Amino acid sequence: MKNPILTGLSAVAVTVLLAACATSGNNPSGGGQAASEEAGTSPKLTNCSNKMMNDAPQVSVWAWYPNMANVADNFNKAHTDVQVCWNNVGQGQAAYTKVQTAISAKKGLPDVVMLEADHLATYTIQDALVDLVPYGANDVKGNFGEGAWKDVSQGDKVFAIPVDGGPMALIYRTDVFKKYGITTPPKTWDEFAADAAKVKAAGGPVFGDLGSNTPAVFMALQTQKGAVPFGYDIAKPQDLTIKLNDQASKDVLNFWGDLSKKGLVGKQDQFTTDYISGVVNGKYATYTSAAWAPGYLTGAGVGKGSSKGVWAVAPLPQWDPAAPVSVNWGGSTFGVTTQATDKKLAAIVAKGLYADPASLEEGWKKQIIFPLNKTVTSSPEFIDNKSEFYSGQQANKEVYNAAAEAYKGMIYAPITTYYYAQLQAELVKINAGQIDGSEAADELQANIVKYAKTQGFKVTE
Amino acid sequence: MASATAVDVPAPPGPSARSRAGGKRRGLNERKRARTGLLFVTPFALVFVAFLVAPLLYAFYLSLYSKGLATGVVFAGLQNYATAFTDPSFLKGVWFVVRFALVLIPLQMIVSLALALVLDAFTTRFARFARLMIFLPYAIPAVIGALMWGFLYSPTFGPMQQIANVFGAQAPFLLDPSHVFGGLMNVVTWQWAGYYMIIIFAALRGIDSSIYEAARIDGANAWQIAFRVKVPMVASALLLILVFALIGTLQFFTEPQVLQLVSNGTITPDFTPNIYAFSQAFAYANFNYASALSFALGIVVFIAVYAFLFFTRKRGSIFT
Repeated sequence: MKNPILTGLSAVAVTVLLAACATSGNNPSGGGQAASEEAGTSPKLTNCSNKMMNDAPQVSVWAWYPNMANVADNFNKAHTDVQVCWNNVGQGQAAYTKVQTAISAKKGLPDVVMLEADHLATYTIQDALVDLVPYGANDVKGNFGEGAWKDVSQGDKVFAIPVDGGPMALIYRTDVFKKYGITTPPKTWDEFAADAAKVKAAGGPVFGDLGSNTPAVFMALQTQKGAVPFGYDIAKPQDLTIKLNDQASKDVLNFWGDLSKKGLVGKQDQFTTDYISGVVNGKYATYTSAAWAPGYLTGAGVGKGSSKGVWAVAPLPQWDPAAPVSVNWGGSTFGVTTQATDKKLAAIVAKGLYADPASLEEGWKKQIIFPLNKTVTSSPEFIDNKSEFYSGQQANKEVYNAAAEAYKGMIYAPITTYYYAQLQAELVKINAGQIDGSEAADELQANIVKYAKTQGFKVTE
Repeated sequence: MASATAVDVPAPPGPSARSRAGGKRRGLNERKRARTGLLFVTPFALVFVAFLVAPLLYAFYLSLYSKGLATGVVFAGLQNYATAFTDPSFLKGVWFVVRFALVLIPLQMIVSLALALVLDAFTTRFARFARLMIFLPYAIPAVIGALMWGFLYSPTFGPMQQIANVFGAQAPFLLDPSHVFGGLMNVVTWQWAGYYMIIIFAALRGIDSSIYEAARIDGANAWQIAFRVKVPMVASALLLILVFALIGTLQFFTEPQVLQLVSNGTITPDFTPNIYAFSQAFAYANFNYASALSFALGIVVFIAVYAFLFFTRKRGSIFT
């Protein structure tokens, strides 16, 4: 430590070592992905989390579905032409960090990768995903709704095959509603605010939650009121339209900002132990969330003990009940990477994985996924299913199916990660009472436009 | 390490100082010694070059290019550095760690010095046990320590909230925007004070006890011995930990990165310069700018340490 220059620069060394590793290819992705590392040279992959059923060529897959082990087995049992070698490299942002690093390194990606629709553009602009149209993507187009297909398409190109979606709805606690005399769940956001005030006035819990770490929710809620945050087409990869501070976007942020300011909704980040414990203990009267939420909540321990039998779901409140709009949060797809050894085989996997009846049935019965495959969602068994989490409510028939069908699809920007981080920062400021929703939207617009310009986009505001 | 490498390399012989025959023999001898020295140096040098010099050079090379998602990679010269030093995110992060260092370092030094002086004054079994316990947090990996503090700060499960519940009150959430400074300060002080205490304690043990005796004969009381004799005699150790703490704090990363998940968004991806560089590289796919940010941080650290050593050069002994 005698030489302050060297010690001072060791920070640089650490950061760069990681970068150097990634780019030199000595250790492409930090561990656990040796399988995909081998992909370029050897047809036989090692380090798979699942067993191969035969000697067919193998395709490596990264995915984080909770029942993925069964899904991989189902696929491998049904196929003699190809086998999947699956690994879980983390969920959401953790996985995207690895994906992004492997893209930057130009090495280390698996052949097939699970991605949420909102991240597809981020990777297509880096030329990391293969257009699946030449590999027969349109053969399965008929299985999916218009919105779901739009989410994976850019122009005529299709960059992933959808698996599940996240039609949004209002999950609520029947015990809290009953105690505070709310007989019907709110149909509009105005009713939502009024009910929130009513429960609070009676000494009840907060009505919902403005968690800063779910920017995708607030983006979806903004689009529900008519905002179109981004315009982007891979055919003109340098052109990006950014409209984050139009009136609709401001209205929605102001709406939630007001609720937060008045203490009518919580300010707790979601997917944390603190949030889940609040959900279990009845600290939140509602949860504005997607169709996969029951599976997630059940896995986190909600719906047992005191929180058993108290859940129900209603359609998402609307701004204009005469013209309802459905929005989506999350849901995933399988894309084929440009690093894939055999793109044709990889495309077979992308189209067939989590598309067989057994896997889909396990997924929707446990409410881990809301399938987008219409053969499932139109089956009587699915429509009439009585959800265990919702105490026998026919949630698909009453709420989710209609929401999924009405979903029109979204256009996502190729800068999703940055955009979400900035939106999150604005939500934190709103929760802290530092700014209101309009100011947040203006700041966000300025910020994202500036960033997009430094990234070389021709920005239309 | 640096000093060890220098020890056995002999000075070049002065040609006039010896006879011809003797010179030949000594020359051989010295070449042999130099070779042995080289042998000792090589393993270190290889690791040093492979894991410090080469990555640094590579990072510098990366930092000279700029990458836009829409435009690809182009040569940018020093443009990234100009961007970095005008980037509000980077400057905000630097300002945060500088403020953090200005408060943390004196606090840490006072705590560790006080503990060391107290432990030095008592030699009971309890003092030995206390010494171990105070050192213990340093032995806990930073990530685990941070996770643990995240739990302690939890507004639902944390002990502070449990105590507040008794009075029907809401305990402050130490990671919210107005408390995060103190919340992190607490974690870092907890983690490092014991380590610095051991360094000072070791220096105190190295003082010849006859000096205390002399002081006592001169009429000094225990306080005077502590502040007039002991503290000046461990000044070099204090200077050492100060430099350690300064460098460590300016590179602040682990604790905020770990606590980010439970901070309700207070800890942003540009919270400290190192976190910002990490985000740029691994979340925003911009290794080039991340490299420039890392070097820019290196420059800040270098200036801070140099300025500090410059102003303390008279008093310190080990750095002059």
